[in-house]
Amino acid sequence: MEKIKGKIHIVKENDVNTDLIYAGKYTYEILTPEEMGKKTLEDFEKDYYKKLNVNDFIVSGTNFGCGSSREQAVTCFKGLKSGGIIAKSFSRLYFRNAVNKALLVIEQREFVDYIFSKENGENLDIEVDAENGVILCDGKSFKFAPLSGQAKEIFDAGGLAEYTKRKLAAM
Amino acid sequence: MGKTLIQKIIEKNSGKRDVKTGEIVFVKPSIVLSHDNSADISKTFEKMGPKKVFDPSKIFIALDHEVPPPDSKKALNHSIIREFVKKYGIVNFFDCGEGICHQVLPEKGLVEPSTVVFGSDSHTTTHGAFGAAGIPVGRTETASLWALGETWLKVPESFKIIINGEAPKNVFPKDVILYIIGKIGADGATYISVEFTGDYVNRMSIGGRMTFCNLSAEMGAKNAIIPVDDVTRSFLRGRFNKEYEPLYADKDAEYAKVIEIDVSKLTPQVSKPHKVDNVSPASEARGTKIDLFFLGTCTNGRTEDLEIAAKILKGKKIKAGTRLLVYPASKEVLLECLDKGIIKTLVEAGGEINTPACGPCLGAYGGVLAPNEKALSTANRNFKGRMGCSENTEVYLASPATVAFSALHGEITEYQGD
Repeated sequence: MEKIKGKIHIVKENDVNTDLIYAGKYTYEILTPEEMGKKTLEDFEKDYYKKLNVNDFIVSGTNFGCGSSREQAVTCFKGLKSGGIIAKSFSRLYFRNAVNKALLVIEQREFVDYIFSKENGENLDIEVDAENGVILCDGKSFKFAPLSGQAKEIFDAGGLAEYTKRKLAAM
Repeated sequence: MGKTLIQKIIEKNSGKRDVKTGEIVFVKPSIVLSHDNSADISKTFEKMGPKKVFDPSKIFIALDHEVPPPDSKKALNHSIIREFVKKYGIVNFFDCGEGICHQVLPEKGLVEPSTVVFGSDSHTTTHGAFGAAGIPVGRTETASLWALGETWLKVPESFKIIINGEAPKNVFPKDVILYIIGKIGADGATYISVEFTGDYVNRMSIGGRMTFCNLSAEMGAKNAIIPVDDVTRSFLRGRFNKEYEPLYADKDAEYAKVIEIDVSKLTPQVSKPHKVDNVSPASEARGTKIDLFFLGTCTNGRTEDLEIAAKILKGKKIKAGTRLLVYPASKEVLLECLDKGIIKTLVEAGGEINTPACGPCLGAYGGVLAPNEKALSTANRNFKGRMGCSENTEVYLASPATVAFSALHGEITEYQGD
């Protein structure tokens, strides 16, 4: 897999919940991932999605994605073609949904602490090697544990929909 | 080394012996739950290319999140689901008005103890009240479960939370579990299976147990379980009519944490904006002016919840200039409350009675907040914007008694008991 090069955007909070990422009022409208992208973090900051260019990463605190099972809180980032999310930790359900939708989610406390401690970390360039578990940013390198086992198989298939499709076709 | 309850449940439903914490296993559910999100799930399901669902009797769909639908888009969502149900012969479909999925599932006798219930809703943890492992998943995973009838799980570590003591008269299961969430934190039980035990838990009604397991999602738990006892058996009698095998943790099972709580001196609690673990005694929020009082949801919309509210409101009126929304959790609850005169009392006190469904809990319809308003609710989440508007709104969470008593005063007021 190629290295992902983008910029970082900081959401300097813990417990960034799924309502904040993707408001409940949109959850039962059937929208395309691109349309969902435009709702991303709307209740955190109006028009937040405009900051997020292709391959950019969100950097946030602990328990990212807590709350609802709503998968749109993952899909909206896919719709924006984001690089992924780097957080101190994720809620179980968000992490699982991210794997199922093949959105890169990385737990790296040291990196987040470093970025949070900087006066002006917003928009820093970042390069992520998901295969080998390396983040390069601000002239520093941070290692993380890449996905393995069942989760990696699903992620590598491009998500669970594709994974299950292949499994059914092979039956 | 002994086994925890979740280890035993996973063994039983994966066919594997001696599963270890951290091990990945494939598990077959007894039922797969979803709701209004089934329209979207059905599209993903069909894209996967299956010829049929794995078992039409093991898929449960209840329409509850936008009921009755507030506009034609949501109505269309429902009609897509009805078509899907017809096409694939889904047996357990409950249309608008039957109630909230987590209430209807057990009422219809569809929760079997010691099995795994997967649900496309984060409060699927509720079904631990019946000795089952209720495990939330997302929409794509639900579609995959419909096709394959199994998915993978990592065998989790467990917490044992032992709750003892007799609670004061003004303290309810909601207060106890909010207090526990405040102590453990919003991510304190991430990936953990929680077992509740102790003499307080043993005496708790099925409704209180559902409140406990439901809210365990708010401390990050993968699931929460209360072992089967006579309270469970008496609820299941006449509903779940097959043989079932209750499972229990071994005495020497290994827990990541054992937490002991004594409720005898606890006071009513509230969860303050904008995080569920922002819990304090209700007295600390005393005097907070409230615009909307909300009784209902999968957390606290059952007969016993509406009954205590009616007892407090009987012969009185809610504070002028405020609103009281009532959403019974199911048709069964509504009928029972009609029989007991609870609905009449709530209407006379100024309550607005609605179709059994989720209501404004998730902020999509049916009584959402206006800018600058505050709500006191019996629901399970108080995130910014949760009740449909993020412009200077606040949501406080409390027990039905605190909500009803506060409605009389128009502000958060500690219920003292009768």
